[in-house]
This record gives sequence, C-alpha cells and structure tokens, in this order.
Amino acid sequence: MTNVITVPPSLDDQSFEQVLEQVAPLPADAKILVDARHARWASPYGLTALLTLAQTRAERPTLAVPEHEDTASYWARAAFFHHAAALYDLHGSFPKRTVTGESNVLLEITPITKSEDVHNVVGRVQERAQAIIRNELKLESRAIMGFAMTLSEVCQNIIEHAGQGGWVAVQTYRWVKRLGRRVVVIAVCDAGLGFRRSLESAPGHLPTSRWDDAAALEEAVIRGVSRFRERGRGQGLAGARNYVSRWNGKLSVRSGTARISIIPSWDDDVPLAEGLAPFPGAQVQVIIPEAVAEGAER
Amino acid sequence: MMNHIDVSSVLRQALACDLYSNLVTRSTGAAVRDQIELLLSASRDRALTVIDFSQVSMIDFSCADEVVAKLLMRYAADDPPPPQEAYFLFRGVTEHHRDAIETVLERHGLALALEEEHGVSLLGVVTDTERSVWDAVYRIGPADAGEVTRAIAADPSDTLDALVTLCRRRLVMRVDGQYAAVGGARG
Repeated sequence: MTNVITVPPSLDDQSFEQVLEQVAPLPADAKILVDARHARWASPYGLTALLTLAQTRAERPTLAVPEHEDTASYWARAAFFHHAAALYDLHGSFPKRTVTGESNVLLEITPITKSEDVHNVVGRVQERAQAIIRNELKLESRAIMGFAMTLSEVCQNIIEHAGQGGWVAVQTYRWVKRLGRRVVVIAVCDAGLGFRRSLESAPGHLPTSRWDDAAALEEAVIRGVSRFRERGRGQGLAGARNYVSRWNGKLSVRSGTARISIIPSWDDDVPLAEGLAPFPGAQVQVIIPEAVAEGAER
Repeated sequence: MMNHIDVSSVLRQALACDLYSNLVTRSTGAAVRDQIELLLSASRDRALTVIDFSQVSMIDFSCADEVVAKLLMRYAADDPPPPQEAYFLFRGVTEHHRDAIETVLERHGLALALEEEHGVSLLGVVTDTERSVWDAVYRIGPADAGEVTRAIAADPSDTLDALVTLCRRRLVMRVDGQYAAVGGARG
C-alpha cells in the first residue's frame, strides 16, 4: 500500500511540518508518494528538506512533481529535480535543469559531504551575495563577510556532526506575505545524527534530568556546546546567532522533535517549539532581511 | 630574526590548490597551522614572525580558531613548553577577518599584536594595565621596568607584573634586560 503525503501549496520551514506530521506515523519502510502536484511555491528550506525526507526512507519514495509550469521550472532551476532523481521515483513532467543566470538563486541546491564542498560553496556565493547584500538588502559591507562566514559555519555543521552528507541552498526573494521586503535565505538540511545524538557522543556526557532534543538544541545553539571538548569548538552556530542578531535576521535550527529560533522583531515565531513530528538530522535556516529606515520596522 | 608568512600562500600549499582564497573550515585551518608551524620550526630559538593576511579574502570562526587561536596558545603555553620562543605580528587584517579573529581571541582570552596603517596595537583580551604598559613600551621603545613605570606614572609592582604577563603572552619580548613591544622598535 502506498501512503500519499500531501505537500502544501506553499512549502517553507513552517508548512513542512505538515509533511512531517503525515510521515511520522508511518514505518520507515512504508511506501510513500509525496504529492507535490499542487505546490506553487517552495523556499530553499522546503526543497532541501524534501530531499532530506527521501534520505530518511528505507523504501525509495515516489514524488509527483508540481503541475504548474512555473513552479516546476523554478524547482528545476534550483537543481531540485537533478538531485531528486537519485532519491525519488519522479512522476510527471518537469523541465531539464537549465542554467539561466537568474539572480534569485544564489546557490542552487548543492550536496555537502566534505570540506572542499564548503570551499566551493563559499567561493561561488561570495561574489553574487556581495552585490545582493549591498545593493538590494542595503546592508553595510561587514554584512557581506558575515554572510559568507555564516554560510561556511552552517555547512560545516553537516561535516562535523551529521555523520553523513546534507544539502545547502541559498536564495534571495521578495518576501511579500510576511515582510514586504527582500530577504536572502540560507537553508542547510541533513538526515544525520542530529544534535541530541551528537552531544550524547561527547566523552563523559551526562544527560541532565531534562535531556531531550530541545535541551540539546539549547546547549548547542544558545550555549555553544559541542561534542568536542576543546574550548574553541561550538563557535560556528554561536557566530551565526550573533550574525543574524546584528542584521535583524532570523535563525532557526530544527533537530529531532524540537526547533529553536532566534527571533527578530518582525517575526512572531516561538523561540522553542517542542513535541514536533520526529525528523532525523538537523535543519537550519538563516533569513537576513533588507534593511529599513529606523522606525519603519513592522 | 624576522620571518614573513603569507597566509594565502600557505593556504594554497596546504590545500594543493590555487582556486581558494578563503580560509574556511576547521580542517583547512588545521592544515594551514601545521604548515605555519613547519615554517617556524626552521627558524632559530627566538624569532619574530609576521603573519600576513593581506591576500586572504575571508576567514570563518572555525578557521580562525585553528590558525590564530591555537597558534597563539601553543607558543604562549607553559605546559607543554613551546618548541621555540616565537613572537607574532599580524598584518593585513581587515574588517573581512576581524569579526572571526576577535571572536576567537575573546573565547580563549588571547591577544595579539596587530600592525595597521598607523602603527601597531593590541587586539583581543588584555587588562587596562597591560594595555597601558604595552602602549608605553611600544611608544618609548626598548626600556627597563623603571622607565615604563615613569612613562605611565604607575605603581612599579603593577607595571612589573604587567610586563611579566605580557612577556609570557609573547606580546613583549625581553632583550638585554630591556622590554620591547612586538612590532615596536627592536620588537
């Protein structure tokens, strides 16, 4: 029997939870059909998380591709189908991957499995991000290097902690629904160990009385704790947190059944969401918005 | 003896690749530090080395921790003792590197001598007394503890304590009974 998992029309970090809620009750070897036919829009998080979802399944899943031509075309430009073909049986027609030089996709979906991948990703994004951050987001030049550093650190999180490869994508778009402003978004997803298991593997780890995914996220993201006991470890996510705070951005990190977020004034998400549908690995999203004149903040 | 290490050249050697000018990832940082230590091992017992970031596009936190923090910690450590008496002067550090370097210095309670357009100053974690003593030594050139004390009108024992600490942290060197700031005259 095939279980149909419906992809919401607008797929982002919040609505992806609907996908996970449908998958959670099913055993890993259950056959699933991910029905994206009615999807109209997907964030970088949505697309990378869909690839990650396939990696968690013991039985190769099927994906019904978006019916809307523009949507399928965009997913193709983001290299989604290129990677999805190796993970899903794809049903429906979709365009071949085309290189258009479209400015919205700063970095198409890219696998991260080793240190060299991080060098490549940072090198490819740097030049284009510079123009977008300065001209479209209207941020100071310090924001440009911080962006590349943040991208590097969240990608390294996969190599150091996931125990297997993951995905990264970077995109800029005008976020009409939520902000009415331009944003640049980094999404990094993996189906690896996740934060709780990674921290549990630290030498001498003693779980606290309240030790769960949420506690592990608090340790890693807020307190900069790493499974490595060296003092200099754990600075990557702390650096990303400082960066998003400085530029009024949002950082969210989901792992297992919890999600922790650093929330700017323009967002009404909760700082810590617990009891979510379980999903292996770690999923990170960084959103940096266009600067606005003081007092014009929503 | 003074050495000059161009970090971007070391990066290319460490990665055996000319394509990258960004100091990113912890493994890259460790490889670069290994190369720097190899170069230092060829120098004499006491050496001042310029660590030049001029050609480095950017550095992330993990790499800064490996290249800067671990290098400083190894050569300012008491236990195990450092392989030689090495002093470092950092050059070419721009706003593209500063955030990452300052963050790791703060995390480990470290400081370094940084050469910029208008001279050398300390970057990182130092007490007010250490900073004022270092500034005085840099300004007046090699001097004994008494001259430094008079220059800043401070308590002699406080000045001496600060000088000893700055020597241990490899920010000041002791030459012929006098103190010289790293990056200053004779330092």
